[in-house]
Amino acid sequence: MSGALVLIQVLNGLQFGVLLFLIAAGLTLVFGVMDFINLAYGVQYMVGAYLAVMFYGVFGNFFAALGAALLAALLFGLLLEFLVFRRLYGRDHLDQVMATFGIILFLNHAVRMVWGAAPLTLPMPDVFSGSIVLMDGLLYPVWRLVIIAAGLAVAAGLYILVSHTRLGMLVRAGAANARMVSALGVNIERLFMIVFGFGTMLAGFAGIMIAPILSVEPGMGDNILILAFVVIVIGGIGSIRGAFMAALLIGLVDTLGRSFSVDILRLVMAPSPARTVGPAIASMAIYLLMAIVLYFRPAGLFPAKGR
Amino acid sequence: MAGAIFATPSAAGRLRSRRDMVVPALIFLVLVLVPAFAAATAQKFLIDLTARIMIFAVAAVALDLVVGYGGMISFGHAAFIGLGAYAVGILSAEGVGDALIALPVAILAATLFAWITGIVCLGTKGAYFIMITLAFGQMIYFVATSLAPYGGDNGLTIDARDTVAGLPLFKSDTNFYYVILLSLLATYAFCRALVASRFGRVLRGAKDNASRMATIGFDVRRYQLVGYVISGGLTGLSGFLLANSTEFVSPAYMSWQRSGELIVMIILGGIGTLDGAIIGAAAYLVAEEWLSTLTENWQVIFGPVLVLIVLFARGGLIGLCVRFWRRRGAFS
Repeated sequence: MSGALVLIQVLNGLQFGVLLFLIAAGLTLVFGVMDFINLAYGVQYMVGAYLAVMFYGVFGNFFAALGAALLAALLFGLLLEFLVFRRLYGRDHLDQVMATFGIILFLNHAVRMVWGAAPLTLPMPDVFSGSIVLMDGLLYPVWRLVIIAAGLAVAAGLYILVSHTRLGMLVRAGAANARMVSALGVNIERLFMIVFGFGTMLAGFAGIMIAPILSVEPGMGDNILILAFVVIVIGGIGSIRGAFMAALLIGLVDTLGRSFSVDILRLVMAPSPARTVGPAIASMAIYLLMAIVLYFRPAGLFPAKGR
Repeated sequence: MAGAIFATPSAAGRLRSRRDMVVPALIFLVLVLVPAFAAATAQKFLIDLTARIMIFAVAAVALDLVVGYGGMISFGHAAFIGLGAYAVGILSAEGVGDALIALPVAILAATLFAWITGIVCLGTKGAYFIMITLAFGQMIYFVATSLAPYGGDNGLTIDARDTVAGLPLFKSDTNFYYVILLSLLATYAFCRALVASRFGRVLRGAKDNASRMATIGFDVRRYQLVGYVISGGLTGLSGFLLANSTEFVSPAYMSWQRSGELIVMIILGGIGTLDGAIIGAAAYLVAEEWLSTLTENWQVIFGPVLVLIVLFARGGLIGLCVRFWRRRGAFS
């Protein structure tokens, strides 16, 4: 367990956390403003990645594919909103869960029919494909640093958008009391639609950024969706700031736990049981963290005001 | 006094109680006759399919208890199936292959997990509850995938079905079919009695208006926790049956999609009816069986159907039938 290894894992954890934030930000916005549970968020992340792969095949250039895929993801989100989601806003959570579950089933298998079950790859742009030396004998892939930078940039952009623009003010007001905002003459349906489309674009962006590292395959969003839920529950539903803090926390705890749990356990037990128990404990760590946070603060760390 | 609040007009009450008797009686009559019918027509797969339906119906009935009557939308019930199944698998791998030990352990494991997570989950409400049960379910899933000595990702094959006090009672598929049927009947009767009891009335009252129940003087959270724990234990029973039926356990049993399927089942049948959960389990698994003969990616058809059901057919299949029934009744 050298210092360099710890640093690499901290960076990996940070990169994972930033990725979680990209997903959780849209999810928490949609939930905060519309009181809407969207299980289909994970497949929207997946669709973003698939769209990027498709447009890469057309343009042969990562950045062109990124731009086109983001636009397509936005349109896709608006279409979903128009076809299904807007009919569900007034329904209870059970109906929303069910309908979005149906969308997951459909999209997970629709992409399998269109692009096949085999994992696809999205090549990363040449400019960012190498590794750089962080310190003596410590190489780190540039692309992971790009993900961290992109995530931080989105976080900053969201902060400005939500805290310092009129649209952001409406979003915050909507999260606090949607009915009041509507009564004050704001077209809440249009606000919902914008937030939803924007959220889909964010999820798609996360999918595209991670695609060069992971493979693009059906169901790739299923497990990360649950992690995003853990993030927004810990952070406090509806709070961008909470989602940011919780995402970094979860990213670090999960990555470091998986890397070092066996080493740490070997300090107190024999190597063989440590190798068995370590991974199990590591996979439980973030959920235990969630349980502890919720036991003491049932509304999360930074509950949105007015809820 | 609490009774007066829930008193129903007598005519509607009679209608309700007649339906309450007829539908389950029909369901169980059909289930009893399936093996004979399958033997007569030489369609062995009917027994396997119906056994599978009944195993998931046990879990669906238990889930309906918390969702339909308690208003607690648990999205982590597959974890209890998994715990029950893994209890059988792990005990069998360690050389303990008797139901007299495996069954109590399976139910106890699920009950204990429900109790611990229930304390945390019930501190929260609404959407938080959904997401947290989802997260705890996922936790157990990942623990199972990291259990390298017991198969990890690949799952664990069980050498033989459990014996009962040394006797191979589960060995024949037809025998085991009736064991499953008895389990379902017991689960159903127990839940039916439970929701009709004072405990069930408090649970239903808390679903409609928790603060009113608290004002009357009930410790709402304690009632909900007991309901959640009972449901978890019964779902563990379903896991015990599933592991014995397939002679295999795998983390896939408790992926969150499985929890979603259980919710689909109770919604298909109509929530808060208990017998609807059995019908829903049958409808879902038969639809899966049938659609997968049409296309490998049958979910492409089933997903949109599900969305349409949510948007246009509230109350599920039973709700549709009731509406149809009422319309006919109005003309006669």
